[in-house]
Amino acid sequence: MSAVLQVNGLEVSVRGERGERIKIVDNVSFAASKGEVLALIGESGSGKTTIALALMGYARRGCTVSGGEILIGDTDVLALSRAELFGFRGNRVSYVSQSAAAAFNPSKTIMDQVIESAVLHRLSSKTEARAKAIKIFESLALPNPETIGNQYPHQVSGGQLQRLMAAMALMSDPEVLVLDEPTTALDVTTQIEVLRSFKKVVADSGITAVYVSHDLSVVAQMADQIVVLKNGTVREAGATMQVLDAPSDEYTRSLMAAAKSIVRVQPQSLDASDVSPAKPLLELRGVTAGFGKTDRDGMPRFRVLHAVELSLERGSTLGIIGESGCGKSTLARTIAGLHPAAAGSVCLDGETLAPHLSRRTREQLRRVQIVFQNADTALNPAQTVEQVLGRPLAFYHGLSADAARKRIARLLEQVKLPANIAPRRCAELSGGQKQRINLARALAADPDIILCDEVTSALDTVVGAAILDLIAELRRELDVAFVFISHDISAVRSVCDDILVLYAGRTVEIGKRDNFTGGPGHPYTDLLISSVPELRQGWLEETHAKTVAEPNSSLPGNGDLCAFLDRCPVRQVGTCDKTPPPRLTHGNGNEVLCHLGQTKA
Amino acid sequence: MLMILVAKRILIAAFTLLLVSFVIFAITSLLPGDAAQELLGQSATPEIVAELREQLGLNQPAHIRYLNWLGGLLTGDPGTSMVSNMPVKDIIGERLPKSLILAGLTAAVSVPLALLIGILSAMYRDSRLDRALNVVTLSMIAVPEFLVATIAVIVFAVQLRWLPSITIVSPDASFGELARAYALPVMTLCFVVVAQMARMTRAAVINQLDSSYVEMAILKGARPTRIALQHALPNAIGPIVNAIALSLSYLLGGAIIVETIFNYPGVASLMVNAVTSRDMPLLQACAMIFSGAYLLMVLIADIVAIISNPKLRHQ
Amino acid sequence: MTRIQGSGWVGLLLVLMWLLVALFGPMLAHYEVGAIVAPDVFERMGGAHFLGSDYLGRDVLSRLMNGARFTVGLSFGAALLASASGASLALFSAISGRWIDETVSRLMDALISIPGKILALVIVAAFGSSMLLLLLIAAISYMPGAFRIARSLAVNLNQMDYVQVARARGEGRVHIAIFEILPNMIHPLLADFGLRFVFVVLLLSGLSFLGLGVQPPDADLGSLVRENISGLSEAAPAIIAPAMAIATLTIGVNLLIDSLASGGRSVTDEAQR
Repeated sequence: MSAVLQVNGLEVSVRGERGERIKIVDNVSFAASKGEVLALIGESGSGKTTIALALMGYARRGCTVSGGEILIGDTDVLALSRAELFGFRGNRVSYVSQSAAAAFNPSKTIMDQVIESAVLHRLSSKTEARAKAIKIFESLALPNPETIGNQYPHQVSGGQLQRLMAAMALMSDPEVLVLDEPTTALDVTTQIEVLRSFKKVVADSGITAVYVSHDLSVVAQMADQIVVLKNGTVREAGATMQVLDAPSDEYTRSLMAAAKSIVRVQPQSLDASDVSPAKPLLELRGVTAGFGKTDRDGMPRFRVLHAVELSLERGSTLGIIGESGCGKSTLARTIAGLHPAAAGSVCLDGETLAPHLSRRTREQLRRVQIVFQNADTALNPAQTVEQVLGRPLAFYHGLSADAARKRIARLLEQVKLPANIAPRRCAELSGGQKQRINLARALAADPDIILCDEVTSALDTVVGAAILDLIAELRRELDVAFVFISHDISAVRSVCDDILVLYAGRTVEIGKRDNFTGGPGHPYTDLLISSVPELRQGWLEETHAKTVAEPNSSLPGNGDLCAFLDRCPVRQVGTCDKTPPPRLTHGNGNEVLCHLGQTKA
Repeated sequence: MLMILVAKRILIAAFTLLLVSFVIFAITSLLPGDAAQELLGQSATPEIVAELREQLGLNQPAHIRYLNWLGGLLTGDPGTSMVSNMPVKDIIGERLPKSLILAGLTAAVSVPLALLIGILSAMYRDSRLDRALNVVTLSMIAVPEFLVATIAVIVFAVQLRWLPSITIVSPDASFGELARAYALPVMTLCFVVVAQMARMTRAAVINQLDSSYVEMAILKGARPTRIALQHALPNAIGPIVNAIALSLSYLLGGAIIVETIFNYPGVASLMVNAVTSRDMPLLQACAMIFSGAYLLMVLIADIVAIISNPKLRHQ
Repeated sequence: MTRIQGSGWVGLLLVLMWLLVALFGPMLAHYEVGAIVAPDVFERMGGAHFLGSDYLGRDVLSRLMNGARFTVGLSFGAALLASASGASLALFSAISGRWIDETVSRLMDALISIPGKILALVIVAAFGSSMLLLLLIAAISYMPGAFRIARSLAVNLNQMDYVQVARARGEGRVHIAIFEILPNMIHPLLADFGLRFVFVVLLLSGLSFLGLGVQPPDADLGSLVRENISGLSEAAPAIIAPAMAIATLTIGVNLLIDSLASGGRSVTDEAQR
């Protein structure tokens, strides 16, 4: 079988500050035959997107393809003239990019954009193209295929847009389809539907696909071949099965280790916490918060949190999990007093905290520290590491310069950074280093509780895994309790004792970590858990994860009825859409907000 | 939603204009001298001064005078000129059309030219053309109008003798005469305005060209012209219209120098005269006209931006 | 620091030259400012008088060197005042409560709606045009612009996570403004200061050109253009030289800022009004 796509010794370079050329992709070769899916896997800076774009004969500003050859069929892409390239791109090779929300032009209808390539390349008339687009919409399981194209991009959901972009790419019946992190921006429960439809389309059309991703588990579902990239060079290449079962390269092994979900902490003194005689360290009662104007009862117009309750024991870790927009960050900000609760109470050691932080004492503020997701924006670029860590020491503990220097050295040691990093500016540090400083700043206050808001999600897998290790270690060594907020259930499982599942601002399930391995619990929890791809081939075909439809606002989901109603695969008509769900304690001790447990319990 | 946003903008503009009127009145009424005394000169008897003061309403407290003046403005009667004793309304009424003609001609020439330059340099970003245009436009906005005007006069009127150095427009002038008369002032005004507008247009278009959807269009095989005109431009309308409004509002200030140099009887030169003769009612009215024109242009730009936003248009 | 390149060097050279002239010009001048030294009015360039003579037969080069001091000095002072007061007010407004912020912003919007030259004319009409007043007029005219830029910077920085962290720590508003926000505003504010300077030069020479700025016997570059306007018909260097002097000064500053500010254009273009 001859290769549809062949890349030999590809080299891409950028111009450095002094005009010198720096290679960002060096000597990369791979090939894929018809109907094959080849995955390019790597972390940020591995050059995977640059390679993917080079397949289109395109390099971003400042980059140039400086060597090698790319063959699509018999065509040498790099030898094409400017004019020939216009006829080639989007015709024989097409592209699906990471963020569909950004890749669609906001001021044109979806249909105009989907059929643009077919019309541009004179492959068919507008009418024919429209008819074809509708067929592709159907095959991608998009709702309302006849009319969805008349809408504007902001009117449809992210998961739908991602599939619409795939439709756009398929319009020209390309020989090669490039998918660049096509599901990374999606929630895990949405991702699975999109993966399924991609896989089906690729199989049905016999197209050759290049699948770019950082996520080994996703790649395991999609790819026949894997090419592992690091710093622009190929580290390992081979059939998916072989790479996953017997990785030969050190780096591949470290990627796999980071992708495996491992439990990093053991539950703290089980017997003691079961009895829980003392009052909890942190307790939330009926916390409600939101945005917009407040009504007569002091309730905000757009509610993000609905009567959330939780309690946290000294030295333990509570994981909060949910999809984007579920209110988990607002919850952290409410606890910290940055976003005052409209109702309910936040108690620290039995002492009720003022909703707004300006009314809290310095001592209360010291005991609760917050660590933000994005270390790039959480550290002041104008300050040095020493200044960043020194401020809380002076502010809370009134440490002298000398004592502070010693304490800073100790803090850097705790987060496993060399002491000589102290005089450097935060802007010069790497992402992982910044996140460690971010944690060290929280530790500098000697807090009782650290609120970690998605602290690993902006990091590469390996770096993120190291941060998880660090958190687990800090937990063992220090008597600090963590609230660990994340969208990633395996990260949460790996460092937490208890887990709280947040959906649309409501606690739908809360319980011991070990109970979150596969249900049955709340249908949303089950969906969440069964949607996380596993690091083995064939998982996508086996998993039962399924939703009824995409979120649909036409159902009367508001009020006190179950918020998950319109997506729930096991909803019971007559019960779920009539009466609000009760909060029940299941056999395993989990509290679940759902009707279904009633029959079982 | 759309209408609410538009209505809100109109209300804010109206409120700002009210504040402007207050600021202008406050500055001009904090006069150290006595307007009546000044008008009549030192030789006038105290009785006559007192009578005039009464006549001008200067004995009333400041807030009453402000409200009277504001009421006058709203009903179209901004008072009487202290120097010529004619209603301010009539003086301005005679000059305003001329200013509008000058501004209209300048806009008609400068807007297409600036859009062309801005879009071209955005499309060929960092090319030699773009870099050259960058230095040229950067220099053009830094040049004072009177330098442009004097050089234009020296070249076209003194040396080449092609064009008249002062702009006299007689009512029965032919088109050719009109074009010659307006050539120099319009050229001078365009000089600065075009550069500014072109730079802002370039920035607005580049902002769109950097977006992912433009990269997507490139990857679909669209050519640069199609990308600029079909993809980037529709999304850049808001900022471009804003750029046009801000640049044209610069005309208001630029007109002061240009009308003076070319002896053009517009509102701006009227205002300069009002300053030298300290004719406060006339000055206040002129200042309100210029500020109102600025607010109107910014308001129109805002509304266009709101309407051109697809997220607001298709809900 | 960004490296200066290409046209930036031209700009730097021009700015340095005018800075030297402003500082040492009067010492270097060959002739007394007011002295009538040439036998003829509107002499051509060259000979005893490098830039010819003016409408009274005074040495143009000497008058230019003196005039530059007024133009550069007044404009520098006014721009500094405008930028410093605008930025301080913006910082104060951004960290204060909603009401103060809203009130200050509305007032600045009103001031910005009166075009700079118009506002200057109104103030000149009311208070006259002494040197100090001119400085204040220029500062007031361009302060709202500086405020607007600085406020949008401050508001953006105020949303940054590190400011949230400082707030969550319990830091006071003043500490946050001075230690967390201000250091990250300095760079763009410096670029904006350069632009204010250019605007002020253009405004003040425009006023002087209209006869409403610096009053005789003192003369800035704009007054020099005005007093020699009768030489226009003979294209005398006495009128072209001071006009070119202004242009080279402002162009120099613009070129320098454009090459200094990384992503310079966005800064330059945002500040235009």
